[in-house]
Amino acid sequence: MKTMAAALALGLASGPALAATEVQWWHAMSGDLGQKLEKIAADFNASQSDYKIVPVFKGTYPEAMTGAIAAFRAKQQPAIVQVFEVGTATMMAAKGAVYPVYELMRDEKVEFDPKAYLPTITGYYSDTKGNMLSFPFNSSTPILYYNKDMFRKAGLDPDKAPKTWEDVAEDAKKLRASGAACGFTTNWPSWVQVENLSTLHNVPIGTEENGLGGMSAKMTIANALVERHWANLAEWQKDKTFDYGGRTDKANPKFLSGECGIQMQSSGSRGGIIANAKFDVGFGMLPVYADVKGAPQNSIIGGATLWVLKGRPAAEYKGVAQFFNYLSKPDVQSWWHQNTGYLPITKAAYEQTKASGYYDKNAGSSVAVEEINLNPPTENSKGLRFGNFAQIRDVIEEEMENVLTAKKTAKQGLEDAQRRANEMLRQFEKTNS
Amino acid sequence: MVGGRLGSRLLVHAILIVGIAVMLTPIWLAFVVSTRPGSDFMTGDFPLWPGPDFVKNYRTALIDGQPGAGLQPVGHMLWNSLVMALVIAAGKIAISFISAFAIAWFRFPFRVAAFWIIFITLMLPVEVRILPTFAVTASLGLLNSYAGLTIPIIASATATFLFRQVFMTIPDELTEAARIDGAGPLRFLVDMVVPLSRTNVAALFIILFIYGWNQYLWPLLVTTEPGYETVVMGIQRLAQSASEGSPYWHLVMTTAILAMLPPIAIVLSMRKLFVRGLVETEK
Amino acid sequence: MQAKRVTFGGTALPLALLAPQLAVTVVFFVWPAVQAVITSFQREDAFGLKTEFVGLENFRDLWADPLYLESFGTTMIFSAAVAVSALVVGLLLAVLVDRVSRGAEIYSALLIWPYAVAPALAAILWAFLLNPSIGPLTRLLRVLGIAWNYNVDGTQALILIVFASAWKQVSYNFLFFLAGLQSIPRSLLEAASIDAAGPWRQFRTIVFPLLAPTTFFLIVVNVVYAFFDTFGVVHATTGGGPGQSTTLLVYKVWKDGFIGLNLGSSSAQSVVLLVIVIALTAVQFRFLERRINY
Repeated sequence: MKTMAAALALGLASGPALAATEVQWWHAMSGDLGQKLEKIAADFNASQSDYKIVPVFKGTYPEAMTGAIAAFRAKQQPAIVQVFEVGTATMMAAKGAVYPVYELMRDEKVEFDPKAYLPTITGYYSDTKGNMLSFPFNSSTPILYYNKDMFRKAGLDPDKAPKTWEDVAEDAKKLRASGAACGFTTNWPSWVQVENLSTLHNVPIGTEENGLGGMSAKMTIANALVERHWANLAEWQKDKTFDYGGRTDKANPKFLSGECGIQMQSSGSRGGIIANAKFDVGFGMLPVYADVKGAPQNSIIGGATLWVLKGRPAAEYKGVAQFFNYLSKPDVQSWWHQNTGYLPITKAAYEQTKASGYYDKNAGSSVAVEEINLNPPTENSKGLRFGNFAQIRDVIEEEMENVLTAKKTAKQGLEDAQRRANEMLRQFEKTNS
Repeated sequence: MVGGRLGSRLLVHAILIVGIAVMLTPIWLAFVVSTRPGSDFMTGDFPLWPGPDFVKNYRTALIDGQPGAGLQPVGHMLWNSLVMALVIAAGKIAISFISAFAIAWFRFPFRVAAFWIIFITLMLPVEVRILPTFAVTASLGLLNSYAGLTIPIIASATATFLFRQVFMTIPDELTEAARIDGAGPLRFLVDMVVPLSRTNVAALFIILFIYGWNQYLWPLLVTTEPGYETVVMGIQRLAQSASEGSPYWHLVMTTAILAMLPPIAIVLSMRKLFVRGLVETEK
Repeated sequence: MQAKRVTFGGTALPLALLAPQLAVTVVFFVWPAVQAVITSFQREDAFGLKTEFVGLENFRDLWADPLYLESFGTTMIFSAAVAVSALVVGLLLAVLVDRVSRGAEIYSALLIWPYAVAPALAAILWAFLLNPSIGPLTRLLRVLGIAWNYNVDGTQALILIVFASAWKQVSYNFLFFLAGLQSIPRSLLEAASIDAAGPWRQFRTIVFPLLAPTTFFLIVVNVVYAFFDTFGVVHATTGGGPGQSTTLLVYKVWKDGFIGLNLGSSSAQSVVLLVIVIALTAVQFRFLERRINY
């Protein structure tokens, strides 16, 4: 009896002490990337015994974000949620719901130096005073991929990526002439063919420093540059010099199947493309129009960051702070960067990767980092932040589809997109101020 | 319509065979894809006959999983789907059977109001009212449970309505006889109504099982633990990475075939009862 | 709403029998629906931190939005296309199977397979078969000289979702029609044969009128299916595009609420759908009630 009681007491005493505090991390990474994300969580869990990060796949980016918001409203939110960059304005506006990362790190007294991070990345996720609000996890920028085998067949130089839109059109037409079903295609139409197009040409997308300055920003995409570009795309679509492949990542199979010789796609897909392409892949920066002065300026990022939600038990936040600290380590960052193609978020990780000779050994691995750091960012190329931007992107892509199918002229499509986008911005402003 | 000339008979068969071929093409091609390596479908010609990888692919899906594709072994997911489908089907039948009984054989205050409250839920799918329904489910603490997966979906009037229709066809003489024998309503329910509705219950069971098995968005929202993942959710996740260019179409289709088998098996094995139940329900 | 002529007495027992269904309905349907109605009069941020009463503004915005009205039109065209094609093909197959003396069992067993396939799965199958770059049917169409790319062509996108939705429903209609045909007394048809009526005339004058109740029931079921249960099809294939050419009402509710986080507008749309549902229910109810009497 006595021993039993003792054993029981022991069990009661030791039970809770052994159990690690679980911290839920909702994310939207499927496939290879999901597996790599899970490895990072598992490595962190193995590195200490107080906290256990539990990654939970919650569908696509919008599904993960809305799932977390719905959960917050029902007081069932996770501590960490991965939110894509277009959700930034919504998260920032929710002051009572998010726990800004800089405050968290200060409260938990975990070492945290914002200057250790690459400014082109953190600028996107900081408030006007330069405080980091969310933790950059997977950041990428669009680059150009091309099929060297198809280039050879078309009589093009396989070691020369097209640099200007004029080059792209010319190469694509030669690809078509050599029997390819399409010249080039693009993924993420708005991100690549409007947003990055604009920053690379140092043209504003909206007022108030592309919305970073405040919620009263208006979009200004109905401008000469974008109109010229969309008109070109519509023209090229006619003879399949360009072939539209759909929104998000949907065009990727067109490139992998050897249908299109060139595509624009996130640098984050580099690993997957190399693994799945049955041909020699070439890499280059996004093209620019040769006659625009100051181009190429620099590209901007996409991808997602980790937001911390309020309302969880205090112990979990200690775990979150430890986890973010772990994520910033150069070894972890270099591994993630080299294995996925996402950008390194700290300078140390970049230097470490460079010193290891990785960039020299792996063709195309440095294109994204170089493209984003081409020049010191200007007001027009620091980043962008608009409310309701997930929907606005849909609007831009819908109107682009209308232009490509010749339902509207480029001018008409852009004016409609701009008007509809501005209505949504005003709606957001009304709702959140 | 027996008889008819040989030519016209052949024509009928020919049209039927073409019709069946068209109807089954998607399933056949899915099966073909599930027996071949994924790389067969990235480029080049599309094979129309099964390949050599049947065992390998089904083994991967059922036992090993494919972590790179975010695919857990589907055995557990199939189990979750089965539990969900069974609970939804059985739950709906149970509660709507007794409520339809009450509506058909009793006159009581608020009878019409009660019927309308139930009836309006007939058609509005969960997708349309998903956020408030989620909030309610969460506030009841039902996230990550089989109860949360199933009970909110059980709230629908289709079954109540159909049972009421069936009950209206049961002759009043039977009720009279039961009353003369001194049998109470519950006795009457068990001895008369249940046996008389057996085929309808079977038909409805099939419809509801398939309905439950095929749920997607609701399970995605109410479960946050991988332990509760259903097979339709698993396929969607896999298809997401496949449509972005990863060579996983063979696993998508393998899992899809596995996910189709249980409902197809149920429909086929209970087909006779099903058709009879439909005829009667409908009359 | 009638009850049986012969009924049981008592109030407690029927209420107890109704209680489980009423409880589930009130908690998981009425309560959320009431919340949706309340939210439709409000403007609220995504996290529910700030809420403001705006009266009918959300509804006014909807009627002023040409895209919402367009979505109405798209939904009508889509629903009609799905219902008509699924009914016609289902009826044709049922009539043919009913005519054959040999193989009817096998034919009908094979024809009901698609019914068991989840809408989301059906959509994945069709999206794969018609994938603009790797789909086998796409290749076939290319050989026939049709450039198939539903990412660019709105009509093709609509055709895709009609196909994926109707395919499954053909099986369902086939089952009901076959059951209906088999319940027609043989003696009627034999009498017609003796009168030397041709098969088409026989079908038109005898069979089809007798199938009318089944047909009406199936029309309602098919329209409801096309209106509400096709969310998974759109979600897994076109995502509403290109442009808004496949944005059905039910998809738009989900998209504006779920992706756009515009809860007020999304709730207002839910309320509109709710009204449509009540109307459809009333129509079906009246009709079926009449049939019970006959």
